[in-house]
Amino acid sequence: MQALYAQLLVGLINGSFYALLSLGLAVIFGMLNIINFAHGALYMMGAFVAYFLLSLGGINYWWALLFAPIIVGIFGMILERTMLQWLAGLDHLYGLLLTFGLALIIQGVFQNYFGSSGLPYSIPDALKGGMNLGFMYLPIYRGWVVVFSLVVCFATWYLIERTRLGAYLRAATENPTLVRAFGINVPRMITLTYGLGVGLAALAGVLSAPINQVRPLMGENVIIVVFAVVVIGGMGSIMGSIITGFALGVIEGLTKYFYPEASNTVVFVLMVLVLLVKPTGLTGRAA
Amino acid sequence: MKKSIASFLLGTALAVTTAGAAFAQDKTVKIGALSDQSGLYADLGGPGSTLAAQMAVEDSGLAAKGWKIDVISGDHQNKPDIGTAIARQWFDVDKVDVIVDVPNSGVALAVNNVIKEKNGVYINSGAATSDLTNAQCSPNTVHWTYDTYMLAHTTGQALVKAGGDSWFFLTADYAFGAALERDTTAVVTANGGKIVGGVKHPLNTPDFSSFLLQAQASKAKIIGLANAGGDTTNSIKQAAEFGIGKGGQKLAALLLFLTDVKAIGLETAQGLNFTETFYWDMNDQTRAFSKRFADKMKSNAPPTMVQAGVYAGVRHYLKALDALGGNPHDGVKVVDKMKSMPTEDDLFGKGEIQPNGRTIHSAYLFEVKKPSESKGPWDFYKLVGSVPGDQAFTPLAESKCALLKK
Repeated sequence: MQALYAQLLVGLINGSFYALLSLGLAVIFGMLNIINFAHGALYMMGAFVAYFLLSLGGINYWWALLFAPIIVGIFGMILERTMLQWLAGLDHLYGLLLTFGLALIIQGVFQNYFGSSGLPYSIPDALKGGMNLGFMYLPIYRGWVVVFSLVVCFATWYLIERTRLGAYLRAATENPTLVRAFGINVPRMITLTYGLGVGLAALAGVLSAPINQVRPLMGENVIIVVFAVVVIGGMGSIMGSIITGFALGVIEGLTKYFYPEASNTVVFVLMVLVLLVKPTGLTGRAA
Repeated sequence: MKKSIASFLLGTALAVTTAGAAFAQDKTVKIGALSDQSGLYADLGGPGSTLAAQMAVEDSGLAAKGWKIDVISGDHQNKPDIGTAIARQWFDVDKVDVIVDVPNSGVALAVNNVIKEKNGVYINSGAATSDLTNAQCSPNTVHWTYDTYMLAHTTGQALVKAGGDSWFFLTADYAFGAALERDTTAVVTANGGKIVGGVKHPLNTPDFSSFLLQAQASKAKIIGLANAGGDTTNSIKQAAEFGIGKGGQKLAALLLFLTDVKAIGLETAQGLNFTETFYWDMNDQTRAFSKRFADKMKSNAPPTMVQAGVYAGVRHYLKALDALGGNPHDGVKVVDKMKSMPTEDDLFGKGEIQPNGRTIHSAYLFEVKKPSESKGPWDFYKLVGSVPGDQAFTPLAESKCALLKK
């Protein structure tokens, strides 16, 4: 029983990453209608930026949490301005192919320079060590990841669903012409939104740098799972992707305990089941 | 009419025999370096193995004797179907004579069958499974560098003898992990230890926390890592995070490469014991070679033992061809010649190739240095012991290889 609690908590930790990443994807899909396959590569860039800030500039983890999303976010906005914006209004497939290609290029460039085995990034001193919860030894850093992700996820949800800015944004996706008539710069808003989604990916990258290796292919593994999360949660649904992210982390954690060999596939089995029963996802509205 | 057919047949027969004679003088060779060029094993083999093969060709001096030797490379992406497809194309279309490296035991065993079927030469350095020279041995195969039996009988045995008598395995769920777990289990039980549990995890797992918690709960003294590359580095890094060392449990990194230690960082990796058959900083010859190698690598990394094994294997292969006086394009014949000659090179020293294809050379027990002891970017290992080749690798009496029953 104790072991089960421990696995639930570990699942929650992994769920934090899924939630942060799928949230970014959901924001981008919901607002820009782009299936952002470059998300994993941008997540990887976040981790690399954190590594370089530390190794070249001596800038520590805490500042990296702020700067890495901004730097990668700006990179994302450049991508949006120079390439993605021309695909607005076209079939989803175009955006998917373009971002998939971008992901391959970004990963290829990083791999060419840094190899495949990764670079070390240590846990910041303040978050080192762990505490004994009775049923498990919880590394403080992992606890921090869960709390911090929850805060970020909730803040993003609040921004989009509960503020005036969010309302403009949602209106702009429904009817850009009308919103523009009110004097709002819709293209700029779209660019900033893409930057926000990308920034969330980079933030997840910084959070994961001390846990996993900082390596060029780190996004490739996670992106497919995250897409499954988004599909299960309902494409474009902010709250759906957050809840599904955490929930799937837990389910995956339990699978690792009961039948580890299937831990890579359980998410996709669920995806198939959800698509069969409710093709719009758990929280999605019918198109 | 009958006469003309007869003379035609005679003529063809003559043409064939003269062509055969011409082949004996053939001095062209094509080497295919088949590896994981972009995945989790790319840094320990990959482009570095191709470079090692090229350097072996240059250092052989055969070009000056009129030989024309090409090296090509391929990416098997850790998928047996892709590996075998490339191997077939290389033999059928590109006329490759020898395939080298091939990390990933799953791919290595699949390619082993193709090479036997095509009568090519197989010099494997990257794969770990001891089956290549045991149950699935082939007259076309030479296995250099290391294998699971050796890892189990060096690192594994040393840990059991030091009191680590209960084990829990984290095993990569494919041919390699299964072989390493099997061979290590045999050593542990033979030395009076017991296996208290284990989990099989999928290849390329980013998060090991669930598995590590299970290992922790098992109370086993030793957590045996029957995995490799990125899986091993993630396991070690995350084990430190979960306080596994502090709880009195010890990690057994059964297979650890130089590039893995680099990725983990000395801070976390310090004190780990493991076995390799080559380290760049062993003596003047290895240092000289490694310097030349690192200068040509984009990352300036010195060679791993897998890359060193590719170099040594290709050198020995070319020595055998030179001794034959030409390339017979007959895999079994070349491998027999390789087996008949003792091996000797700057990287592995003196050794031999056993009848089952296993290359025998010394193995070394290392310990990862503390950060304060390291004097350079790749100064990672302290030598703590060595095991002579005949004790490190499978004794012929224990081998199930069919070639030994002749």
